[in-house]
Amino acid sequence: MSYLLFQASFLAYFLSTAAYTVFFITQKNAVRGNARKIFFGAAFLHTATIFARYFEAGHTPITSIHETVSFFAWSIACCYLSFRWRYTVRNFGTFASLMVFVLMLVAACAPKIILPIPPAMQSWLLPVHASIAIIADAFLALAAIGGAMYLLQERELKEKRFGFFYSRLPSLESLDKLNQHCISIGFPLMTLGMITGYIWARQIWGGRDWHWDPKIIWSMITWFFYAGLMHQRFTVGWRGRRAAIMTIIAFGAVLLTLLFQLSGVHNGA
Amino acid sequence: MGRESIVLLGVNHKTTPLAVREKLALTGGYDEPLRTLGQLNGLGEYYLLSTCNRVEILFTCHDNRRMRREVLDLLFAGNVTREEVAECIYTFENEEAVEHLFLVASSLDSMIVGEAQILGQLKDAFRHASARKATGIILNKLLHKSFSVAKRVRTETRIGASAVSISYAAVELGRKIFGDLQGKRVMVIGAGEMAELAAEHLVGQGTTDVVVANRTLERAMKLAKRFHGKSIGLDELVEQLAHVDIIISSTGATGLILHKKEVASIMRKRRNQPLFFIDIAVPRDLDPEINTLENVYLYDIDDLNSVVEMNREQRDQEAIKARRIVEEETLKFLHWLSSMELTPTIIDLRTSAEAICQAELLKTLSRLNGITPKDRQSIERMASAIAGKLLHNPLQYLKTDHPCTDQEQRIATVRQLFDLDNQPTPTDNDQ
Repeated sequence: MSYLLFQASFLAYFLSTAAYTVFFITQKNAVRGNARKIFFGAAFLHTATIFARYFEAGHTPITSIHETVSFFAWSIACCYLSFRWRYTVRNFGTFASLMVFVLMLVAACAPKIILPIPPAMQSWLLPVHASIAIIADAFLALAAIGGAMYLLQERELKEKRFGFFYSRLPSLESLDKLNQHCISIGFPLMTLGMITGYIWARQIWGGRDWHWDPKIIWSMITWFFYAGLMHQRFTVGWRGRRAAIMTIIAFGAVLLTLLFQLSGVHNGA
Repeated sequence: MGRESIVLLGVNHKTTPLAVREKLALTGGYDEPLRTLGQLNGLGEYYLLSTCNRVEILFTCHDNRRMRREVLDLLFAGNVTREEVAECIYTFENEEAVEHLFLVASSLDSMIVGEAQILGQLKDAFRHASARKATGIILNKLLHKSFSVAKRVRTETRIGASAVSISYAAVELGRKIFGDLQGKRVMVIGAGEMAELAAEHLVGQGTTDVVVANRTLERAMKLAKRFHGKSIGLDELVEQLAHVDIIISSTGATGLILHKKEVASIMRKRRNQPLFFIDIAVPRDLDPEINTLENVYLYDIDDLNSVVEMNREQRDQEAIKARRIVEEETLKFLHWLSSMELTPTIIDLRTSAEAICQAELLKTLSRLNGITPKDRQSIERMASAIAGKLLHNPLQYLKTDHPCTDQEQRIATVRQLFDLDNQPTPTDNDQ
């Protein structure tokens, strides 16, 4: 059941990404309307997928690579929609849908068997910790997309060669604002995710010594990246290009952490 | 006594450095110089135009040489030496003067070809002159004609597009940088026409505060008043950068007035809020290196032109088209001017009467059947006799000197009464 739903939402994401791309090139508003509707439908199907998976597995589906990546894609889709609802950034949908689609592609390639959670790790805190962390990552992913768009647009403005992106991308100001908004939501969530992770680790490890594995170290590094970025923005007004580059680098660290997570602690270490 | 000739004297941005132009500019308004001109003996009709890029006087007279000298002495005496004036002044007469005026009105002679502001300045100058009754039949006709030429050039060519495009491009780029221009603050450096135009465009888009920086504070204050902004001297420039977002520079300075180092020093104070520089001065006012600073965007006039991708070739073609219109209209005006003399008017009057007779005869004779050739001749003779008697007094009025109305005035009256200028020029009465 969840498998079928997954395939359906995968297809829907594909269609919506294609439609968004067509819109990006032709800039016809009718196409965007359709792309938006399909994307909304895809996100809805995806939500159903995750619920179905939950009932099939009997736990929150964030244990295997397939589940985690799919959940990540779903979070990005939902975060994007929640943003759209509040304020629009021109052509942001194209990039966001592309990112979601790529993640879904990764998820589709990963083995889809349901992994049981090792009894040693079972706790009510596990789904809380994992989903908060992944939703935080989704906001940071959107920030990175905004950063990439910023760099594309800024390059055209600085070099004064007004090519393909100039007319299609939004203003620098709105991209910078997007970056700031996403990080100021993503960063506290990330902090919360780390706190719950710490409590959870204390819970399952009991009296054992603190376990410094690469995943935890990388999470700390990532957290410092964003903390530094936030600090610089608030104190000396780091913004624009520098903030965009930092956001992208920091998101690289997020992805690395995620990679460690998929092969590390949670899969039975 | 023959017809008066039309003479145009002037200096503009092409012939005269700003430093001299500034001294020649009629800063005190039109009324005083117009009044003194009125006291000159031998000057017919006259009018004055003074903008930041040009000072021109147009007049009619009989003795060109003498009037030229006297007018120059009167207007510019004391400000600069005669030699200096002689070096930069240009003189046009008759046909050339008409053509030059049309070129100026249609903004082909402007610093930024195609900008529309000059027409407004021209109309304003004309209003002053005509209010003082300094202009008469010829200059009234000529200036009204120049307005309609400008209008024709504007509607029939795309010459205005390039000037409009610069303000347009500035707004467009501003939107790409700031998103919304609402509440952004503009600083105008140098009080030139073009900067004023661009600032006006930006204010129309919702920017609020305008600061005008200029070397002479007086001009700055004048422009600032227009935008309800404040004025500063050039020495406060760097300090002001901390408080504005968009800077339009168009001073006549020969060197750079703002360097990278100065802008860099202000960015921390601005907390890296973006700065958008528009440099429309030639030669440039702003160090091109400024563009390499983070969150700072600098565009010069060529960059702006590339935004609208209006290529030079096209613009030149439009200019050729516009010049053709000017030439055409010059010929039309000269035609009118020559008709303003006595003999052509008499001929016109007779031809017109003759044409009416012929038309009416044709109508009547075709309806009368069975009349003899002799009857026919009598009727024809009667018709031309009536016309001749009717024309007798008007012709006398034209030919004999009149104590209170001069010949030009009488010619104009007769031409108007008998509708002799049947080349309809519907745009003549705009304004």
